[in-house]
Amino acid sequence: MKRVYVNEEWCLGCRLCEYNCAFANSGKSDMALALKGKRIYPRIHVEGNERITFAVSCRHCDDPICLKSCIAGAISKTDGVVRIDRDKCVGCLTCVLVCPYGALTPGEDGVMQKCELCLQNSCGAPACVTGCPNRAIVYEERGGDA
Amino acid sequence: MKRYVIAGNGAAAAGCIEGIRSVDAAGEIVVISEEKHPVYGRPLISYYLEGKTDLPHMNYRGADFYEKNGCRVLYGRRAVSIDPETHAVTLDDETQLAYDALCVATGSSPFVPPFEGLETVANKFSFMTLDDAMALKQAAGQTSRVLIVGAGLIGLKCAEGLAGSVGEITVCDLADRVLSSVLDAECAALMQRRLEANGIRFLLGDSAARFEGNAAVMRGGSRVEFDLLVLCVGVRANTALVKNAGGEVGRGIAVDEKMRTSLADVYAAGDCTESVDISCGTRKIMALMPNAYLQGHAAGVNMAGGNAVFDNAIPMNSVGFFGLHAMTAGSYDGEAYEEKDDGHIRRLYVKDGLLKGFMLIGGFERAGIYTALIREKTPLAELDFELLKTGATTAAFPAAERKIKFGGAVS
Repeated sequence: MKRVYVNEEWCLGCRLCEYNCAFANSGKSDMALALKGKRIYPRIHVEGNERITFAVSCRHCDDPICLKSCIAGAISKTDGVVRIDRDKCVGCLTCVLVCPYGALTPGEDGVMQKCELCLQNSCGAPACVTGCPNRAIVYEERGGDA
Repeated sequence: MKRYVIAGNGAAAAGCIEGIRSVDAAGEIVVISEEKHPVYGRPLISYYLEGKTDLPHMNYRGADFYEKNGCRVLYGRRAVSIDPETHAVTLDDETQLAYDALCVATGSSPFVPPFEGLETVANKFSFMTLDDAMALKQAAGQTSRVLIVGAGLIGLKCAEGLAGSVGEITVCDLADRVLSSVLDAECAALMQRRLEANGIRFLLGDSAARFEGNAAVMRGGSRVEFDLLVLCVGVRANTALVKNAGGEVGRGIAVDEKMRTSLADVYAAGDCTESVDISCGTRKIMALMPNAYLQGHAAGVNMAGGNAVFDNAIPMNSVGFFGLHAMTAGSYDGEAYEEKDDGHIRRLYVKDGLLKGFMLIGGFERAGIYTALIREKTPLAELDFELLKTGATTAAFPAAERKIKFGGAVS
């Protein structure tokens, strides 16, 4: 199963991935129209300290604790991808309380969202990867439990 | 072919079904469901009151869940006894069901203390089940005055669910603060202010001495008139099945890390059980939906002959009212590190070089990183704890560890 991985030694901390993610999931065709002057709600987040930066998104765990903890049964895993049914989510944030990666965040409407690998938006492949200027984020098969 | 019987039909039962099927595709599964609904997200009943969700979206699993998993569900039936010798369960209609492995997932029931005059109250409710919520929603009108007894999670979620669609809401509790089992005084005060700003009135350190029809006479002497009374004083684990069969029971059914009770081939999971809280090492009831599912799943795997343990349970809660969220986990034991400003409190509790618990209010980003540190007993000496004090981040891990965590590298 292909996954999004970050090579933190290459990450510039530019946060383009956050913008590309927010745009990819906005449903809009123009990036400026979608994001300019607005607070963005990306599903990937650049973290770090003064020495290192790296982007974090859902690991699509083999044994996803978010799925097992969701009080609404809104999280499921199909074809290796952990997804949220945003119509079922009530925004209780239990998934935030249990995800060891900090990979889930509420969207603008308070409903939870997470990386679903851009497989169901118009990109068809992770926009964070496509737009990363330094190939610090890759989408590849590595095997093993992420 | 094995026959599995599950007494109960909540999240623990759903976990049990999925656990069994991860090992045994063929065995027969019989689910005894007292409630006449397919498994639903029990904590969603307040969101249902509020209109934030509806019946179809409350289903915990898809419409084909039981069929797909080959389960027979006995709706409206209740298990009344277990015969551990013959491996049989007797139902309330006196039919008997033989089992090879049984999971007791009977949950808990509202505890109603013996209030004087309670029988004179016409409109009284509990708030535990979907049927309770439907009855309450039906009864509540724009002008209803509601008295809720109990300012714990259940009582306050009920209050939030009703706010805006009834005339007035008063919540009383013998404790001197809201959410007394989860929050300390300072965090509770912050939450109480948010609730009060949304029209909910509190009578704390006070409870009903007696009821007189549509009024409560409080211990403190005041009188509260109401149209609807909701009793959310507390819950009791439903342990009778195992207790009466001679199994070990404390406040909850005693289970080990494989979810076995002291009776052969009888497992238990969910709110009816007590198990070890690894953040402090003591046995307790941790009635939380994630734990219920995780326990149920482990029980199911083991019932089907697999090998699963659930050995890192801790109490944890994510609860929000009117947009203000509190997250708590573990034990509030050891040295406390605190960071706060207006409307936001972060407290971390450290003992023996390990994170034991936390309490967050007004800021919750990536809180699961803290939760995992507690559950995995990660030595803080290996991390940048100074950074963690300012917020939960995986930047606090050494790069090599992060590579394993994120990189798909084999550890």
